[in-house]
Amino acid sequence: MSGHSTYEPKTGIERWLDARLPIIRFAKDTAIDFPTPKNLNYWYTFGGILAVCLVIQILTGVILAMHYVPNGDMAFNSVEQIMRDVNYGWLIRYVHANGASMFFLAVYIHIARGLYYGSYKAPREVLWILGCIIYLLMMATAFMGYVLPWGQMSFAGAVVITSLFSAFDQVIPGLGTAITTWLWGGFAVGGATLNRFFSLHYLLPFVIAGVVGLHIWALHVPGNNNPIGVDVKSKADTVPFHPYYTVKDGFAISAFMILFAWFVFFAPEALGHVDNQVPANPLVTPAHIVPEWYFLPFYAILRSVPQKLFGVLAMFGSIGMLFALPWLDTSKVRSMRYRPTAKIFLILFVLATIGLGWCGGKEPADMVITLGRDANNDPTGFPVLWLSRILAIYYYAFFLVILPLLGLFEKPLAVPTTISTPVLPQGGAAIPAGAVAAPEKKG
Amino acid sequence: MSMLRKSAPFRAAAIGLGLLTLVAGGSTAVAATSQAPLKEVPGGFSFESPLGKFDQASLQRGYKVYAEVCSSCHSMTLMSYRNLCQPGGPFYTEKFKNPNDSPYCKAIAADIKVPDLDPDTGDAIQRPATAADHFRSPFPNDIAAAASNGGKAPPDLSVMARAREGGPQYIYSILTGYVTPPKGLTVPAGKSYNPYFPGDLGAQWAGSKATVPQGGIIGMPFQLTPGRVTFDDGTKSTTEQQAKDVATFLAWTAEPKQEERKEAGLAVMIYLILFSGILYLSYRRIWRDVAH
Repeated sequence: MSGHSTYEPKTGIERWLDARLPIIRFAKDTAIDFPTPKNLNYWYTFGGILAVCLVIQILTGVILAMHYVPNGDMAFNSVEQIMRDVNYGWLIRYVHANGASMFFLAVYIHIARGLYYGSYKAPREVLWILGCIIYLLMMATAFMGYVLPWGQMSFAGAVVITSLFSAFDQVIPGLGTAITTWLWGGFAVGGATLNRFFSLHYLLPFVIAGVVGLHIWALHVPGNNNPIGVDVKSKADTVPFHPYYTVKDGFAISAFMILFAWFVFFAPEALGHVDNQVPANPLVTPAHIVPEWYFLPFYAILRSVPQKLFGVLAMFGSIGMLFALPWLDTSKVRSMRYRPTAKIFLILFVLATIGLGWCGGKEPADMVITLGRDANNDPTGFPVLWLSRILAIYYYAFFLVILPLLGLFEKPLAVPTTISTPVLPQGGAAIPAGAVAAPEKKG
Repeated sequence: MSMLRKSAPFRAAAIGLGLLTLVAGGSTAVAATSQAPLKEVPGGFSFESPLGKFDQASLQRGYKVYAEVCSSCHSMTLMSYRNLCQPGGPFYTEKFKNPNDSPYCKAIAADIKVPDLDPDTGDAIQRPATAADHFRSPFPNDIAAAASNGGKAPPDLSVMARAREGGPQYIYSILTGYVTPPKGLTVPAGKSYNPYFPGDLGAQWAGSKATVPQGGIIGMPFQLTPGRVTFDDGTKSTTEQQAKDVATFLAWTAEPKQEERKEAGLAVMIYLILFSGILYLSYRRIWRDVAH
């Protein structure tokens, strides 16, 4: 797809370097000339936004690590000292903390875009799976990062999530206990756990950066998918990446930064939890343990299953579904723009996931609809637990039943033959430059 | 605090397993805590709005409430006397940009004795504080603090305004919210009933389960009696005024860089909006000949 290189070294030193390490050629071919479908909409800007998020997290994280102390007695106060006594430490820390949320917001939109436009289908399965791996690594990194301030919610979160592995005691007695002891570096979450989480939290972002490199490589082999899901047929279907998408991505990144900055400067703790401003204390358990917002749907799935081991498996399986997706969706049509039935099920899937997130933030015994009160004056009715069960079943059914069957029975709409067809009545070939068919669609 | 954190790994493991049961058990009923809706603060807080600033006079009065009342039981380990004179602080003046030079902080610190070691003999001594010293803690350690306060150490106040739902409004509500306990509520000796303190009073309530009062049992008795602190600027020292001022002071200590954050935020927002506008126009111009 990248075609033959148009790079011509102009100077002696460029020719010398090009014969030895053609890095300028590589940059020009992949970041400047790269032919990109001309119909990518704003949903396609989130890849660039995510790259910026990763760079921001690594830069702010490296600076925070210069001041942070990964010690159970000092971690909490060292974070506060960063906010108080390090020059612009408050800014660096708020950018890093809110950056995690912004990163997940962008990645969820990026994933939803991939689902809607069928970006996981052949020949992009490896690209999609690399993305799923990045997402898993992000979750591990974010979880360990949230532990580092060593507040009450950090501690409780570390206990709850690492203790999930003790469910494997139900497979082989002692196995789960051995895993948790190994993870904790002791018999409970403590200073040793904090120190290793810090080490891994510093390591994993660089692993993510490496997989992102593979992700972009795997993108550049088949080239971008696009909103109509039809392969690029001719040069008329594409524009060079630069300046067309550098400026479009640039605008989207800048607009995203407005939202980012609003959280950093005007609501820096809106996405956090007040309990995490209390230093970790193993003897006091917070009344209401909730993970960060971006984990809530999976937390709800975990709690919706009464049996511990199956709850853990259901939670990890819900992400496993994403890995299997390229082979679960049997439809030959990529874009859901031409799959009206699948579109409705996908919208329901997104709503179900958001609903699971809402359930994850509530207690399972809370009522969605209160019908009355029992003898203890506790409300009775339709509890969060049952709503999360219904939504979790739909979550799984979407992958395991709906997508496999829909591809066989659904009648898709007529798909355009080329990318240029939907905008240019004659298919884009015979139109003189400048005579735009639909000027209102410009820009 | 640190001593508690180091101890009892097995109990922590037990708590962990308890949590897990709770998580995996799903339908396990959770003891519901309740509290009354927080009070409206008369006049509101000047720093609440996106660009709001602290009222310096209120910060000064709030510091006085802290120093004369709160600090006899509560520590505030993250604060140093110099912080009081830094930009945005209660005693900052244009004349002394460097807080360590400020005579106000030097004078405030000099009145306070802090524990130290004699550099020649190594003996434990008390010496006058300097601006660089952290606020003196009322008790030598958490065990002593707990022993003197009915078995539980009073929480450190450094970040209190960020560590409770409602923040300064919660602090105001607690400090002004002490009322006579309703008939049928057993309040243990030395403790108090406060409707704004989150708790579950089911066990202390003699009446029906349907009428359990909101709130909880708090270890701290009512403190801010009218006139308890004399304000040097002549402000009438009501319970509400003292509570509002100390809540303002605690909001500041919880995030001393808040004003700096908001000022920077305004500049960043203006920059980003203009820059996004320029990028959008560039985008329209570059794409003007591409039908898509």
